[in-house]
Amino acid sequence: MYAQMVKSEASQDDPEKLAGFQARIDAGEKIEPKDWMPEGYRKTLIRQIGQHAHSEIVGQLPEGNWITRAPTLERKAILLAKVQDEAGHGLYLYCAAETLGVSRDELTEMLLDGRMKYSSIFNYPTLTWADMGAVGWLVDGAAIMNQVPLQRTSYGPYSRAMIRICKEESFHQRQGYHIMMKMAQGTPAQKKMAQDALNRFWYPSLMMFGPSDKDSVHSAQSMKWKIKMNTNDELRQKFVDQTVPQAEFLGLTVPDDTLRWNEEKSGYDFAEPDWSEFFDVIQGNGPCNTERLAARNKAWDDGAWVREGLMAHAAKKRAAKLAAE
Amino acid sequence: MSQEWPLWEVFIRGQHGLNHRHVGSLHAPDAEMAIKNARDVYTRRNEGVSIWVVEAQHITASSPSDKGPLYEPSESKVYRHPTFFDIPDEAGHM
Amino acid sequence: MTDQTALFEYLLRLGDNTLVLGHRVSEWCGHAPVLEEDIALANTALDLIGQTQMWLGLAGEVENAGRSADDLAMHRDVWDFRNLLLVEQPNGDFGQTLMRQCLFDAFHVELLTDLTNASDDRIAAIAAKALKEVTYHLDRSSETVIGLGDGTDESHRRMQAALDLLWPYVGEMFTPDAVDDAMRAAGIAPDLNDLRARFDTRIDAILTEATLAKPESAYAQSGGKTGFRHSEHLGHMLTQMQWLQRAYPGATW
Repeated sequence: MYAQMVKSEASQDDPEKLAGFQARIDAGEKIEPKDWMPEGYRKTLIRQIGQHAHSEIVGQLPEGNWITRAPTLERKAILLAKVQDEAGHGLYLYCAAETLGVSRDELTEMLLDGRMKYSSIFNYPTLTWADMGAVGWLVDGAAIMNQVPLQRTSYGPYSRAMIRICKEESFHQRQGYHIMMKMAQGTPAQKKMAQDALNRFWYPSLMMFGPSDKDSVHSAQSMKWKIKMNTNDELRQKFVDQTVPQAEFLGLTVPDDTLRWNEEKSGYDFAEPDWSEFFDVIQGNGPCNTERLAARNKAWDDGAWVREGLMAHAAKKRAAKLAAE
Repeated sequence: MSQEWPLWEVFIRGQHGLNHRHVGSLHAPDAEMAIKNARDVYTRRNEGVSIWVVEAQHITASSPSDKGPLYEPSESKVYRHPTFFDIPDEAGHM
Repeated sequence: MTDQTALFEYLLRLGDNTLVLGHRVSEWCGHAPVLEEDIALANTALDLIGQTQMWLGLAGEVENAGRSADDLAMHRDVWDFRNLLLVEQPNGDFGQTLMRQCLFDAFHVELLTDLTNASDDRIAAIAAKALKEVTYHLDRSSETVIGLGDGTDESHRRMQAALDLLWPYVGEMFTPDAVDDAMRAAGIAPDLNDLRARFDTRIDAILTEATLAKPESAYAQSGGKTGFRHSEHLGHMLTQMQWLQRAYPGATW
C-alpha cells in the first residue's frame, strides 16, 4: 500500500501501562497526541504515516508528468486538481506525523536521503495518456481499499487525516476509470493504449499491498494496535475481485492467464506478482527511482532560498512591529 | 538545515452562524501567509467563510490526566441536555 | 476590420493570456519549494484554465465557425496565438515565476475591473467571475514578491534579476493597436493609458515595499498580442500542449 512493509517496533514499556493502553484501543478509544503511548506505537506510526505522506508527494510526479500534455482543457484541469489534492494529502499526513514529535523537514530529509521509503508504485513510468486512466483506476483504487478502513485507525490525528483524504479522493478513482472508458470506446489506437496501460500497471498495482503478511510479527503487532486494519492478502483479494469485472466492462484483458473465478471462496484466483521485482524496486532499482528522488531533491534544494527568504522577511516584519510598539 | 517555517493550526467557519472548527495544520512564515495558505489548502472545495490561524506553540492544551476532573463533573449534570426531559409528542415541537 | 473580427481577436487575447500562463504555472505542480506553495500555484493555474474555457468558448461563439475552446487551444499554431509575450516566458526560478505572475496580475486586475462594465454582457459576466479569482492572485503574488524582495540577500538579488529580465515585457500590455481601439470604441475595452497609470501606482507600491528598483529603460518588446512575432518559447510549449490532439486527430478524450 502507500505504506508498504512498515516494521513495527517492539515495546519495552511497563507491562501495566501497556495493558491499559491496549484496553483503550480494544474499547475503540482514540489515542491523542498528549496521551501516554508505547514508544513502539509512536515510532511505528511515524514510519507508517511518514511513508504514506512521502508516497503522496512522490506520487505527484508520475501524474504531474502529463499535466502539460493533457488532451483537453477540462482533462488538464481535472488532472491538475487531482495532483494538487495529492500534495494536500501529503500535507495532512505530515501534520499528523508532526503530532508525534517529528518535524516535516526532518521527515523530508529522511525521504530525500533514502532513509525513508515511499510506495513502490511511483517508481513506474507513465508513458501514454491512458496511464492517467490506469493510475486513477488501479493505483487510486488500490489506495482507497487501504485508506477507507484506516479512517478507523486508533491514532486520532491519523484517523482524522484519513477521513478528510477519503472524502476528497472519492473523485480520483472515478476520473481515472472515466479516462479508461473513453479510451476503451475510442479509436483502435486509443484502445490499444488502454490495454497497454493495464498490462503495465496490473502487477505493480497488486504489489502495492505488499508481500503476504500472514506470518509477519510486525503486521500482527500493528493490527493489535489498530494502525493496520487488514492483512495485505485480504486487501489484495478484495482489489482483484472488485477490479476484474471493471476491466471486463471496459472490454480489456487482465494480463493473467491463470485468472479464474473460484466459486468456493467466491473470489478470483490470480497470479502473484513477481516479488523479486518488488524487492528490486524497494531497494532502489525500479525504472524511475533515480528520477523520482532526483526531482524531489531538486525541488527541495532549489526552493531553499525561497523558504529562507520568506522566513527572513517575516522576522523583519516582526521586529519592525515590536519597535513600533 | 535552515529554520523551518512554524506550524499553524487552522480553524474554519464553514457556514455563517457556525463556530470555527479545527480543520488541520500547515506551515507558514507568518500569520498573513498562514491565512493565505489556509485558504489555498483547506478551502479548495468551498469549505469556508472565515479562517482563523494560530501558531501551534501558542496553544495551551489540557493534559490527558486532567480529563477526569475537567469533564466528569459535567457528565453527571444530565439535566443540561434537552433529551433528559421527556415531553409527550402531544405537546408539540419544543 | 469589422467589429466581429476585432471582438474575436480581443477574446483570443484574453483567453490566450490565461491559457498560456495557466499552462506555465501548472508546470510547477510537484516541484514547488514547499507544499503550501505547490498547492497555491495549482489553484492559480486552475483558475486560469477555467477562465480560458470561458474566454475561448466565447471566442468560438463569436467566430461562429464551429470551433470550441478546445479546438482553439489545441489546433492553432504559434502565429495564431494572441497572448502577451510576458506570459509565455519560461518559469525560471520560483522568483521569476512569481514576478511574472505579479506583473500580469496587477495588469489583469485592472483590466478585468474595467471589463466588468463592458457593453457586452457576456464579457462583463466572465470578467466579474474572473476578477474575484484574480484579486486573490494579486494578493498572493504581490505578498510573495514583497517577502522575497525584502527577505535575504540572495532572495533580494534573485527578485531584482527577475524584475530586470521581465520588465521589457510590461510595455506590450499597454500599447494600443487597431483591435484595442475598435474594442474601446465599442464600449468594451478600457483606455490603456488610464490602465497604465493604475498599474504603475500598484506596482510602484509593491516594488517599494519589496525594496526592488524599477528598471529605468522603458523599452518594450512587442509582437505577442498581435501574433506578429512571438518568442521561441511558445512553440515548444505548444508542441507539448497540443501533442495528443495533433498525433491522434479525430479522437475524443
